Amino acid sequence: MGIDALAVRLRAEMGPNQVLTDRQQLRTYECDGLAHYRVIPALVALPHTAAEVAAVVRACAGAGVPFVARGSGTGLSGGALPHAEGVLIVTSQLREILSLRPEDERAVVQPGVINLQVSTVSKEHGYYYAPDPSSQQICSIGGNVAENAGGAHCLKYGFTTNHVTGLEVVTPDGDRVRLGGAAPDTPGYDLLGAFVGSEGTLGVATEVTVRLTRLPETVRTLLAAFHGTDQAGAATSAIIAAGVVPAAIEMMDALSIEAAEAAVHCGYPAGAGAVLIVELDGPSAEVAAQFDEVTRLCDANGAFETRVAADDDERQLIWRGRKSAFAAVGRISPDYIVQDGVIPRTALPEVLRRIDEVASSHGVRVANVFHAGDGNLHPLVLFDARVPGEEGRAETVSGAIIDLCIEYGGSITGEHGVGVEKAHYMPRMFTDTDLDTMQLVRCAFDPGGLANPGKIFPTPRLCGERPGRRTGPHPLQESGVAEIF
Amino acid sequence: MSVLDDLAVKAGDDDVVCGVPARFVAAPASTEEAAALIAAARDLTVVIRGGGTKIQQGPPPRDLDLIIDTRRLAGVVEHAAGDLITVVRAGTPMAELHALPGQQLALDAPPTATAGGAVSANASGPRRLRYGTARDLLIGVTVVRPDGRIARAGGKVVKNVAGYDLGKLYTGAQGTLGLITECVFRLHPVPLDTAFVRATAPPTAVARILAAQLAPSAVEIDAGPGAPPEIAVLVEGTEEGVRDRAAALARLLDGEVTDLPPSWWDTPPWPPGGLGVKLTGVLSAVPALVKAVIAAGGTIRGSAATGVLHAGFPSGAPAGIPGVVGALRAAATRAEGHAVVLTAPDGTLDGLDMWGPVPGLELMRRVKDQFDPDHRFAPGRFVGGI
Ligand SMILES: Cc1cc2nc3c(=O)[nH]c(=O)nc-3n(C[C@H](O)[C@H](O)[C@H](O)COP(=O)(O)OP(=O)(O)OC[C@H]3O[C@@H](n4cnc5c(N)ncnc54)[C@H](O)[C@@H]3O)c2cc1C
Ligand SMILES: Cc1cc2nc3c(=O)[nH]c(=O)nc-3n(C[C@H](O)[C@H](O)[C@H](O)COP(=O)(O)OP(=O)(O)OC[C@H]3O[C@@H](n4cnc5c(N)ncnc54)[C@H](O)[C@@H]3O)c2cc1C
Repeated sequence: MGIDALAVRLRAEMGPNQVLTDRQQLRTYECDGLAHYRVIPALVALPHTAAEVAAVVRACAGAGVPFVARGSGTGLSGGALPHAEGVLIVTSQLREILSLRPEDERAVVQPGVINLQVSTVSKEHGYYYAPDPSSQQICSIGGNVAENAGGAHCLKYGFTTNHVTGLEVVTPDGDRVRLGGAAPDTPGYDLLGAFVGSEGTLGVATEVTVRLTRLPETVRTLLAAFHGTDQAGAATSAIIAAGVVPAAIEMMDALSIEAAEAAVHCGYPAGAGAVLIVELDGPSAEVAAQFDEVTRLCDANGAFETRVAADDDERQLIWRGRKSAFAAVGRISPDYIVQDGVIPRTALPEVLRRIDEVASSHGVRVANVFHAGDGNLHPLVLFDARVPGEEGRAETVSGAIIDLCIEYGGSITGEHGVGVEKAHYMPRMFTDTDLDTMQLVRCAFDPGGLANPGKIFPTPRLCGERPGRRTGPHPLQESGVAEIF
Repeated sequence: MSVLDDLAVKAGDDDVVCGVPARFVAAPASTEEAAALIAAARDLTVVIRGGGTKIQQGPPPRDLDLIIDTRRLAGVVEHAAGDLITVVRAGTPMAELHALPGQQLALDAPPTATAGGAVSANASGPRRLRYGTARDLLIGVTVVRPDGRIARAGGKVVKNVAGYDLGKLYTGAQGTLGLITECVFRLHPVPLDTAFVRATAPPTAVARILAAQLAPSAVEIDAGPGAPPEIAVLVEGTEEGVRDRAAALARLLDGEVTDLPPSWWDTPPWPPGGLGVKLTGVLSAVPALVKAVIAAGGTIRGSAATGVLHAGFPSGAPAGIPGVVGALRAAATRAEGHAVVLTAPDGTLDGLDMWGPVPGLELMRRVKDQFDPDHRFAPGRFVGGI
């Protein structure tokens, strides 16, 4: 069945307006947040129910047509990049909160529900949804599940994978299957754990059960200004070494402070070569004691100014600079690459220095704004596409940063995913067997390879191939001890 | 000479898994040696043994040629205190991981259990409320697949979304997908201070604890026939914080603050040879689960604020076991959870459904077929006869 026949079938199964084939309309979906990769899908499906998602996937399976799930399209690694001959399944019409159960600390939501909305509706009951990517005002829970999204607060609270207890997924052959549930520890393999972070390559999530977290009694936020990133890094290590686990520790370097000031006038201390934002939350008695300790450790490690947010407005102001940093960089550079790598926290000062060396040797500027507490770097590699050769140099530096992360035992991505962008880096971090082992999972879920093909893995083997199987007599038989069997 | 000849010795009288005697035992001392062993043992059925604290739980293997014993595969490879991580070999006893200087692997497991066994069993104790389970604390893993190939997943950093999270798949897999040889764990600082609050109170009081702002590390209940139900809460943190919060909890529950936990803390509620069932449910259904267990004549204990509990029954009356399990399973299903039989008196497992309904079983079978196409690793010991 070709795409035209598929369109006829899907229009009959869903409403005619839920199937797009007009090229102009399809263009709306040609990329996600990684805008320099663009592919126009052959067809866009806009299901309204889980049953419709299953119908679309089943039709794709029957026709041998690849499909790609898309939530809000904010992904930064091209995970939701369409397939030119495939169907893009957009989940944004599946946007109902199916149940809110504060007494069970759970909510059940459809995949198109926006992250922040879960917290908004939970708040009046004293709860919130802890994973808070900076994109939380627009990204979908389904996209968060697929990317295992994180945020500033995952140092203390963990990532999406720690906050999703159940899923309904449509498998690549079109079956609706439940993984996990509302209660913890469902018997059997942790397929839920394998699905979270699989970037749409194992099927489409159609229902998500999330854990709600009690709102903390107190939140206190501190801004500490240092002369350079070395001192800010040392303060971070000292805080962790003292046994304090803050809700967040974020760092910005001079260039990203400059950008944030230009954009939102956040009024960070003048002359700062680095700032740390440290947030503590929890019971008042606990937070008060730890806050003093954190302030003392910042001072002891060279902070020349510390500011404590006196109220929620001041707290918002401190965060505004940090949260606007990506967008703000646009003010000081026409183009930039957002990198996303992870290193062991203790290597921070050394890696930042080496990033600086690589950048200056290529005549490129790098602004650093990142989750210092868990070593998740977001170097912004600045360039001007109009200057010949500059983009290429920026890409070289961006790649060199990823190599540094691998060299220090870290990861090529901490929260943005592999997608299409980093598939070719996977063999640098993993051996053939490591990748092959991931393919075993892929083949169990998706033997036909139709779910978001071309993402994560550079060159997948075919399902059904069994690597390295032994043939011939057993070594025990050969060595003459076989008779004891 | 193959590695198998070098390493495998004839099994002794104790090398029995649920009544099934093994033919050989081998104890490799490194990942490479384990890989060579498993590659050479391609026609053998295998059960992995760590500390052996749990090996007799679950159904017997359909067939057993070789026990791979992990206790020589031991030792802390790295403890990076500043990064709050440790890399350990799978056979390392938990006692060693509970004694890392200034830091801890926050898993409640018996001292003689091994790191690999703790991950493979994914059991949990009281502190799961605060720290999660092995699933949440394992950030990297090295395994030898059933085909003898060595694979790594995850790494040494907490934040990592490169590729599939295979550590999750191996956590709780009970050795059916291959041998774990090395684990990387996220550590936590040892709290500056701790206190327990104990009270005689019904399980319904747990909701009040959750509604308060006291961030307990564990909320355990213990209830059984003929004794008043108890609640015990663990508070961890700074000295001032713990003092304040423990006092507030004692007021809330009309209980007392103590330095030590009650004697029943982190102990299973079943006697040796008795019936032990893990019960899970949503939080609002915990009181109903307690009622169901007491009505069936059992003792219930566990993590009331996470919905993971254990029921224990004395060793007598094996004839009534299917009925008891049926009643508990019905209660667990109403609670949106599961009732899993962990241990049962000798001779009562035959025909007993240990797991009840398992969502996603068909996909699980496909996963097993991919990793272990000949079904040699712990055959028959996992859900659905996997
Ligand atoms: C300004 C900005 C800031 C950001 N900050 C953060 C941050 O702090 N932390 C962070 O983790 N990320 C961040 N991101 C990245 C992005 O927001 C996250 O990856 C988010 O989880 C993507 O959600 P989405 O709904 O937009 O998914 P999409 O971009 O639509 O899709 C992402 C991936 O998920 C798959 N997918 C989508 N829905 C489903 C489904 N229902 N079932 C199966 N697969 C599905 C897609 O196929 C694709 O592979 C940021 C992005 C922007 C633009
Ligand atoms: C009295 C008592 C109290 C307990 N309390 C707790 C508690 O509070 N918290 C808790 O978490 N657990 C508890 N347990 C459960 C149990 O002891 C642990 O889960 C333990 O970690 C199992 O480890 P082990 O080394 O003894 O494993 P074993 O019993 O040897 O093996 C357990 C399972 O894992 C498999 N396995 C072992 N090693 C490997 C490996 N390297 N690779 C792959 N598979 C492997 C085995 O085949 C088996 O299926 C308790 C048990 C008892 C008897």
